[in-house]
Amino acid sequence: MQWRPILSSLRHHKLTALLLMLQVALTCAIVCNVVFMIVNRVEQVSLPSGVDEAGLSMLVSETIDKHENKRARHAADLAGLSKIPGVTAAVAVDTLPLGRDESSYGTCASAEDMATAIAAHSMMRGGLCVQPAVYGGTPGELGVLGLHLAAGRDFRTDEYVAGADEHVAGADVPVAILSRALAERLYPGKNALGQSIYTGGSKPIRVIGIVDTLLRPQLREAGVNQYAMLFPMLPNDGEVTYLLRSAPQDRERVLRMAAAKLEQLSPERIIPAGGMRTYTQMREAYFQRDTTMIGLLLASGLGLLFVTALGITGLANFWVQQRRRSIGIRRAIGASRGDILRYFQTENFLIVSGGIALGLLLAIMLNLVLMKHYELPRLPLYYLPIGALALWLLGQLAVLGPALRAAAVPPVVATRSV
Amino acid sequence: MFGYYFDLALRSLKRNPVLTALMVLAIGLGIGASMTMVTVLHVMSGDPLPGRSGQLYYPQLDPLPLKYQQSAYGPDPRLNFTWPDAMALVAAHRAERQAAMAGGALLVRPARTGLRPFYVDGRYATADFFAMFGVPFLRGQGWSAAEDDGRARVVVLGDTLSRKLFGTSDSVGRMVRFGDADLRVIGVTADWHPQPMFYADASSKAFGEADQFFLPLATAMDLKFDANSNQSSWASIEGDIMKSPNLTWLQVWVQLKDPAQIAAYRQFLSDYSAQQKALGRFERPPSHARLYGLMDWLGRQNLVSADVRLQLWLALGFLLVCMTNIVALLLAKFLRRSGEVSVRRALGARRRDIFLQFGIESAVIGLAGGVLGLGIAQLGLWSVRHRPDDYAHLAQMDFSMLVGTFVLAVVASVLAGLLPAWRACRVAPALQLKTL
Repeated sequence: MQWRPILSSLRHHKLTALLLMLQVALTCAIVCNVVFMIVNRVEQVSLPSGVDEAGLSMLVSETIDKHENKRARHAADLAGLSKIPGVTAAVAVDTLPLGRDESSYGTCASAEDMATAIAAHSMMRGGLCVQPAVYGGTPGELGVLGLHLAAGRDFRTDEYVAGADEHVAGADVPVAILSRALAERLYPGKNALGQSIYTGGSKPIRVIGIVDTLLRPQLREAGVNQYAMLFPMLPNDGEVTYLLRSAPQDRERVLRMAAAKLEQLSPERIIPAGGMRTYTQMREAYFQRDTTMIGLLLASGLGLLFVTALGITGLANFWVQQRRRSIGIRRAIGASRGDILRYFQTENFLIVSGGIALGLLLAIMLNLVLMKHYELPRLPLYYLPIGALALWLLGQLAVLGPALRAAAVPPVVATRSV
Repeated sequence: MFGYYFDLALRSLKRNPVLTALMVLAIGLGIGASMTMVTVLHVMSGDPLPGRSGQLYYPQLDPLPLKYQQSAYGPDPRLNFTWPDAMALVAAHRAERQAAMAGGALLVRPARTGLRPFYVDGRYATADFFAMFGVPFLRGQGWSAAEDDGRARVVVLGDTLSRKLFGTSDSVGRMVRFGDADLRVIGVTADWHPQPMFYADASSKAFGEADQFFLPLATAMDLKFDANSNQSSWASIEGDIMKSPNLTWLQVWVQLKDPAQIAAYRQFLSDYSAQQKALGRFERPPSHARLYGLMDWLGRQNLVSADVRLQLWLALGFLLVCMTNIVALLLAKFLRRSGEVSVRRALGARRRDIFLQFGIESAVIGLAGGVLGLGIAQLGLWSVRHRPDDYAHLAQMDFSMLVGTFVLAVVASVLAGLLPAWRACRVAPALQLKTL
């Protein structure tokens, strides 16, 4: 390929070529980071909760009768709810993975760690202890959630204690089921089963089970998202969530019937707006901002590529028109159509390559800025060659039309005046 | 001359309709995306009380122990006040007006049949609240400081709640059952909803629901009504939890008229802290006491989420690429007309005439792009309004944003045309003629 004529011709269009290069560079930098952000968000949105989500529905009920015996109310409600046709199991829980409301306990692996942490006035200092989220519920919670027990056993009914209400603090639970991530954090390299955790209660809590995956109600950073545990603790609050398992196609009907049932069992309650939904809906609501962001990032990434392709095509069209005469002359003195086609393709390749070189540098710089201000992780280096390849491809596709038109210029143009 | 150039611009743009459309589309997309996000940011960082905000201040004390460690996840306890501090500041009367307050959601049991009990958001406050914030009353008025002291069983309703409960705005004198207590309506306010809700607890939703009732803080305490603001404590609490000196949950706002009052109030806060330190209650130096202006205070709350800021940068990046695109295209286009420029120059056109001619051509593209961008921005704002975020309903363009869209579009396109026009007007008169 003859590079020299291309380069010397580009020198005549220095400014325009530079601008196109700049545009390619900016597009490359932004698109690399946009794709990276999309991948991150998609990972976030598709985080497994550990819950078997398909057949779960929830109903929040809030009593307005101050003097009601809450646990008796819950038991009566559950008895009614489990009789609804299609409901295979029902439990009352205080909160759910991705449910946003979170109660967490400073938790240590040993009594000495707890003492050190208390003396230091910080649960987190020195990384001795962690702050896992705690789930309480009526017997059968593990099964209704569909959590996968990796080791140990579920709670026995005699292990359940009442949770705290506005008058009395909750009793100490004797046992707990931990997520695998929490168990490995507290007892690295050891079997957590049979160990005792310390939460500042009067007695240590024995670990009797480990579940594979369990997200917290409110996500934090990746490392601690699965620091969660289950307590055999009966909900004892005015506000409670009833969790119903049914076939996925029955969920809407089951929810409607359940609301009517609760109303019939006791009208002294409020089902708050948005308190009646499937787990899938709750999950979508939790990640709604991320899905919006994914849509916007996708749209702007595609928009950028589109605008850049348009720019390349528009400019190439100009140049082809401008050079019709010289193309004709080249054709007349022996250049083939392929030569002309390759000329424009090579020219585009050179410009886009220049843009990509600058663009990759900008992509890394942009990533550093985003890391500083938006807690974005470092851009993996393999994004760079992929981005470069995509832009080369885009450039070649965009220039193909004008280049073909140039190749079609007949040699006879050389003999005409413009 | 202007009309002639405008005519020339239209002719030139018509000669390349596809290219013109592309340029208009590019600038329209860039402007539309940017203006959508600029508008969202504009409404989110707006002044909640225009005309009054300049006189409103939020004091801040530091009752935390020296060794207290701020958790990365919880809110800063110092954003709110303890009961003793808030009461001391209100009782001291060192500002023009001052009020302590906290939000609460109460169960209302309507007397009207056919209406189920429901929860409603409102505010517990001391007497100056209404005068200080300029809450507009439809009927009746607020309570007095004496009624604060007497824990009067009174309430002020918002118009919406009054209509919901009684079917009329004129409910003064009627009784409403909040929780287990009957309160007498003494006033009805017009629906009052400053955006953001600057006076609410900093950890609550800034663009949330409007307050629908107001009642004396002392009454709420007496009736043991729950506050829904964030409650942070740093030491064990004995006795009445809400009155503990180790639990913050209240907000205090003060009105100060002039720099002298502001300086005096700063001094007062410092003196108060020093006195509390002398008493052994505060451990940190009095210099930790602060006084923030309303807008300054809001600026510290990071009301604009990281995602929204990211969206703005994304839109501006998009506009930048579109601009580069247009500069390149205009440059190619103008330089292609070097022959025409040469002829005009040879016939006596000055450089500035050529510059003006091409400048007007760029501006025409910008204007068309602005119209398109306005449409796209409206579409963008419509989609923002359909997000379930608390600020979504605010996403409307006001007049200044409307004008801003056009100004941005024209400025952007004229800027984009600047370099190409400059290059074009430097074409030598004769040289180009030869090649023709």
